Amino acid sequence: MRIGVTNFPGSNCDRDALYAIELAGAEPVELWHADASLKGVDAVVVPGGFSYGDYLRPGAIARFSKVMGSLEEFAKSGGPILGICNGFQILTEAHLLPGALLRNTSMRFVCTRTPVRFESVDTPWTALYEPGGELTLPVAHNEGNYFAGEKTISSLEDEGRVVLRYLDNPNGSLNDIAGICSEGRNVVGLMPHPERFSEEALGSDKGLKVFESVLQFAGVRV
Amino acid sequence: MKVRVLVRPKSGILDPQGEAVRRALPALGFEGVDSVHIGRLIEMEVESADEVEGMCRRLLANPTVEEYEWEVLS
Repeated sequence: MRIGVTNFPGSNCDRDALYAIELAGAEPVELWHADASLKGVDAVVVPGGFSYGDYLRPGAIARFSKVMGSLEEFAKSGGPILGICNGFQILTEAHLLPGALLRNTSMRFVCTRTPVRFESVDTPWTALYEPGGELTLPVAHNEGNYFAGEKTISSLEDEGRVVLRYLDNPNGSLNDIAGICSEGRNVVGLMPHPERFSEEALGSDKGLKVFESVLQFAGVRV
Repeated sequence: MKVRVLVRPKSGILDPQGEAVRRALPALGFEGVDSVHIGRLIEMEVESADEVEGMCRRLLANPTVEEYEWEVLS
């Protein structure tokens, strides 16, 4: 299985994501922002960082890059896409996921490890986790405060589209939301960084199952 | 022509930046400030104003959380 990782000017977690994909047993493929080709990959990770310096709003400029046009088509055809941190922000700006990520209520950049719970694991990126399972994941963001209108929040909750919830809200997110999925469940956005917990040497390998899940989804035994 | 766009958080949307400034003002001795909201001012030189509305909607503002208004200055 081949998993692409997009690279925008200012992405800084792309290497980590490529590394985690390789550890999980898939072939990592770099996808350049100015290249519309997805190189025939089976899934795509939009990594963290500060694409285009977070100018205007995080994700706002990256959203109009060439690779994003192809990614929108890929999402429509049911392709699995995972946005991590800045990747999550880009996916909301691109309307592949609802809502927006606002400035942390503390007005401070949060860089820590925080406890989270998997609320719904029924996505290509989370299928190997236990529903209700709790773990600690790294977070590092300035705009992680998830916001959406009341109607959107209640449909996310009613349709089981809140994937990950904070147990100790670090940023003011509505309903303690740390991750959500699209209506088709193939597009997932997470503020925490599972790729930073992909092997014991990094402190934990509990995040690796995110990448192993998508392999299982594609029918590859892990 | 010169166009000025004003983008600000929708009312009811938490504005931590404005709130931090509101709290900082009394610390400097400026009393009586009940609320502060911070937005963004964008000025552009454009050939025509026809596309400004689309620019606001698609890029300059995020309509999920922000409202905008614009005017032609000259």
